[in-house]
Amino acid sequence: MSKYETVIGLEIHAQLATESKMFCSCSTKFGAEPNTNVCEICTGQPGVLPKINKKAIELAIKTGLALNCKIEPMSVFARKNYFYPDLPKAYQISQYELPIITGGHLEIEIPNEGENSNSRLRKKINITRIHLEEDAGKLVHKGAERIMGSEESLVDYNRGGTPLMEIVTEPDIRSPLEAKIFMEDLAHLLQYIGVCDAKMEEGSLRCDANISIRPVGQKELGTKTELKNMNSFRFVQMGLEAEVARHTEMKASGEKIIQETRYFDTKTHDTKSMRSKEEAHDYRYFPEPDLVTIEPDHKWIEEIRATLTELPEKKRERYINEYGLPNPIAEVLIATKSISDYFEECLKIENKPKEIANWMLVNVMAYLKNKNLDIKDIVFSPRELIELIKLIEKGTISGTAAKEVLIKALETGKNIKDIVSESGATQISDEGALQQIVKEVIKNNPKQVLQFKSGKDPVIMYLVGQVMKESKGRAKPDLVQALLRKELS
Amino acid sequence: MKINIDQVANLARLNLTEEEKKLYGEQLSNILDHAEELQKLNTDKVAPTSHAIPMKNVFREDKAIPCKNTKDIMANAPEEQDHMFKVPRIIEE
Ligand SMILES: [Zn+2]
Repeated sequence: MSKYETVIGLEIHAQLATESKMFCSCSTKFGAEPNTNVCEICTGQPGVLPKINKKAIELAIKTGLALNCKIEPMSVFARKNYFYPDLPKAYQISQYELPIITGGHLEIEIPNEGENSNSRLRKKINITRIHLEEDAGKLVHKGAERIMGSEESLVDYNRGGTPLMEIVTEPDIRSPLEAKIFMEDLAHLLQYIGVCDAKMEEGSLRCDANISIRPVGQKELGTKTELKNMNSFRFVQMGLEAEVARHTEMKASGEKIIQETRYFDTKTHDTKSMRSKEEAHDYRYFPEPDLVTIEPDHKWIEEIRATLTELPEKKRERYINEYGLPNPIAEVLIATKSISDYFEECLKIENKPKEIANWMLVNVMAYLKNKNLDIKDIVFSPRELIELIKLIEKGTISGTAAKEVLIKALETGKNIKDIVSESGATQISDEGALQQIVKEVIKNNPKQVLQFKSGKDPVIMYLVGQVMKESKGRAKPDLVQALLRKELS
Repeated sequence: MKINIDQVANLARLNLTEEEKKLYGEQLSNILDHAEELQKLNTDKVAPTSHAIPMKNVFREDKAIPCKNTKDIMANAPEEQDHMFKVPRIIEE
């Protein structure tokens, strides 16, 4: 029974990857002791002056360029006035009427709802605007998990003043799944271009949603509610699903939906009203008198555009078309920027995309996943991986031995050449040394030798196996076979 | 121009006496009256401005500098616990 259509618009807050705060030089480092990254400016002491972090502006522009947006020739910071203990100035410096970025879109891939469930549909989600603002401090509630029941609150202002970018989408999203896919793709993009580390669980990427339902075919939007506290990609989908279900039930029973802010209760998996006072939302915005306008010129924008790396979507296409890699492999290689960087670094040394991809995916990535490491965390360099591939090609080591060498290199950080020479994993290509083993195997397996001589040719493989075993895998199987045949003829 | 002094006081979290309400209400109304006077001017051809001096793009480089005055800042906490500001519980009804 789908006579209603879901309409969702998202407001996303992304912490920008700067070293210092938006308007002061305090560090933005996560996890510092409470109230150690605070100064006169970010705690709103009298008489101080904010100063704009240039990098934050650049990262916002970079995002705008990556999302096909318009970079506004002039934008202005404003004061948004309200009282809350996490906001020491009693106003937040934000952009209101004149944001830095407008327009734009992100294309996502959603499952096709037809019979062919495997096919994907491309869909544009339009971006309304992107503006800059500062984050608030962090409230630690004592005595209860949520605001309502706590006895008292403790405030840590370390996060206060951290540069935030708010990305607002048009109400183009039509299902909770679409919202989740959009968030994942956006996170991937932001992380890729290096503007935000985009970890929802750690709060560097946050998502609020405006949601309503309307009869299919109706133009006007239904009454919306705002949903907060969806702090993982999975919870974005789950929270919105719960809210859609609530709206649908209310419509069915003829109840009136009230416009309000709700939060997703991750324990009970339903949404609850925040019951905040509506009259408090009189923000009395006015232009921040302590800051001047931002007017990026063409030259600056082009400089920023030049720092924009190839976007993941483009990269994936290139990996498929230029390197002939299958789509699933290309997808793993573009999963994070550090992986694709590693892959491309290898390619620069030796143009063997398939071998590199194969060794990276099957062995290196499996090891990283197992140890819960990022490719950035290991000392094993692209140069070493190429070294390994070359040794296999030259026949110095066997594929099986190479796997062991690789694991050892990943674990110890030693270089490939040293490991190979220390472990004696090199293949025996010296005929004299092999000859000895071949003779011994023939002597110790008279039954099989007899079978072979009487015409059972496949038995030769058993004998090859025995030689391989004796040589501890260091012999070349084709050479062994040739030697055996010569000896038995 | 009449001003709703109760609302303004509430937004600013000020507890005003009746005399103060009367005094500040009049003063603020006078300011708004003056602004109303200025509104009469035709500014169709004048771009809105938030600054008297023509300046733009004043930035600082993104460099973190350790904060030295955290002690003084903590001294402003009405109450302190675990090096955090202790505030009354936040009531949202
Ligand atoms: Zn500061």
